[in-house]
Amino acid sequence: MTGNTVVEAKNLVKRFGNLQAVNGISFQVQEGEAFGFLGPNGAGKTSTMRMIQCVSPKTSGELRVFGMDTEEHPREIKLRMGVVPQESNLDPDFTVREGLIQFARYFDIPRHEAAPRADELLAFMALEEKKNSTVEKLSGGMRRRLILARALINHPTLLILDEPTTGLDPQARHLIWEKMRGLVDEGNTILLTTHYMEEAARLCDRIVIMDTGKILVEGRPDELVKAHASEYMVEADTSPDVMQCLKRHQIAFDTYGDKVQIFTRDPKEVTRLLLDECSMDGEVTARPTTLEDVFLKLTGRTLRE
Amino acid sequence: MHLGFPVSYRVWKVWRRNLGSFMRTWKVNFIPPFLEPILYLLALGLGVGSFITEVNGVSYSRFIAPALVSIAVMNAAFFECTYSSYVRMYYQKTFDAMIATPLSIEEVIAGELLWGATRSVIYAVLMFPVLLVFGVIDLPSSFLIFPFAVLAGLLFAALGMCFTAITPSIDGLNYPSFLLITPMFLFSGTFFPLSLLPSFIQVIAFAFLPLAHVVRVIRCFTLNSFSPDVLISLAWVLGATLVLSTISIRLMKKRLIV
Repeated sequence: MTGNTVVEAKNLVKRFGNLQAVNGISFQVQEGEAFGFLGPNGAGKTSTMRMIQCVSPKTSGELRVFGMDTEEHPREIKLRMGVVPQESNLDPDFTVREGLIQFARYFDIPRHEAAPRADELLAFMALEEKKNSTVEKLSGGMRRRLILARALINHPTLLILDEPTTGLDPQARHLIWEKMRGLVDEGNTILLTTHYMEEAARLCDRIVIMDTGKILVEGRPDELVKAHASEYMVEADTSPDVMQCLKRHQIAFDTYGDKVQIFTRDPKEVTRLLLDECSMDGEVTARPTTLEDVFLKLTGRTLRE
Repeated sequence: MHLGFPVSYRVWKVWRRNLGSFMRTWKVNFIPPFLEPILYLLALGLGVGSFITEVNGVSYSRFIAPALVSIAVMNAAFFECTYSSYVRMYYQKTFDAMIATPLSIEEVIAGELLWGATRSVIYAVLMFPVLLVFGVIDLPSSFLIFPFAVLAGLLFAALGMCFTAITPSIDGLNYPSFLLITPMFLFSGTFFPLSLLPSFIQVIAFAFLPLAHVVRVIRCFTLNSFSPDVLISLAWVLGATLVLSTISIRLMKKRLIV
């Protein structure tokens, strides 16, 4: 990390009519960093991404990318940025290779430079065999890879990915992770939103968890797990007796569905207690806590849509 | 709140994209401009025209020839910037992809309008030899159709884009097609002189129907007969093009930049 700030937001607000989509958030993304936005649907992640992409004007606050104001210098910012949108917007009127060359033209990249670059990116994304296909004939995973290839056509130093692996099979997901990690290792900056805690934990150097337009926590994924959840999680089938017993032993727990969850540093002791003293007859499991536990603890279990 | 920056040479990148897409299916795109004037001249010129000796001192075929060009110019640009632009905007998300690059929304829409006008010119150019063969247009004054088709094409492109910007769904575009384009097609001095209609209809036609002015200008080119009225029509077309282009770009920006 060189210490240059690539994206900087201060009290950033986005309102749609009465809806406060982004509610005064502040954050900084450093050069060479993979930075993740986590949050349930409607948390304000996509709105934030769209403001950073200079395609949606902010309501108030400050937002600078590469040190430039997003509304004063959108053209200069967009020239150095690659975008992978949530919804595919690949151009269906062209073949895979022609589409890339076409897209390069928007960045003032002439055809004689764009063509070898397109071939290189198709090889990078393992899409060489499909170069003369139309977009319609590609599978979901291939389209995603093609969008990532397209986002790299202008050699961006900042890559913005809005849910890059949603709906992909594990093979395609792992390929995309591998490529993204490679890009970060080369010194590029990556900003991504995701619902997948595993994705965030694997890829991101730092994350924020957002909900209802606000940033709840910020930090390294492993540090957040340590800070907001004890190291282990013990789960057991719930019953009134078990809950009574846990209360009697002054052990904090959460319930959801037919399970009780106990965050603990001593899973052996809690398991012993449940089995011996609470006369559990169902299943008891102990596992290390994950980012998902932190996420659910902070944002709750209520469905958002 | 603004994302405004001036429109630059980048509008041609949008135009080039649409040209590239058009050329992928050029064979089917080039057939209608050839076929349409032949069908109309046979059915209306020879068929209906055989009952009509003269209209305003010219044969019926020569009377309707400029209307055929005008209608083609109108349809090419209007339908390009309504249904086709809507598909690119809403279903293909092409505009969203473009504005994530150094292109601005103003450039994207301006490029779409220029492309709509280009389709009008392509139509006019392809119809031209057919009309020459039928001997229904005069030379060299008829060559003025080409530069004028750029302006008239822009006018109908901008008109269409205004509806595209406000329609809630693609079906909503049927309303201007039926309620505006069809009456305009019939009541703009196309197949009979407007002077046959009551004067208040003539006033309405020249006040609100762009096609009435376009037909009047193109007819003066094909019949090589200039009159001062044509200057009024030229000014009307120019003014309406500027106003509607500005409105359509503003409306599209309002729709897409949120």
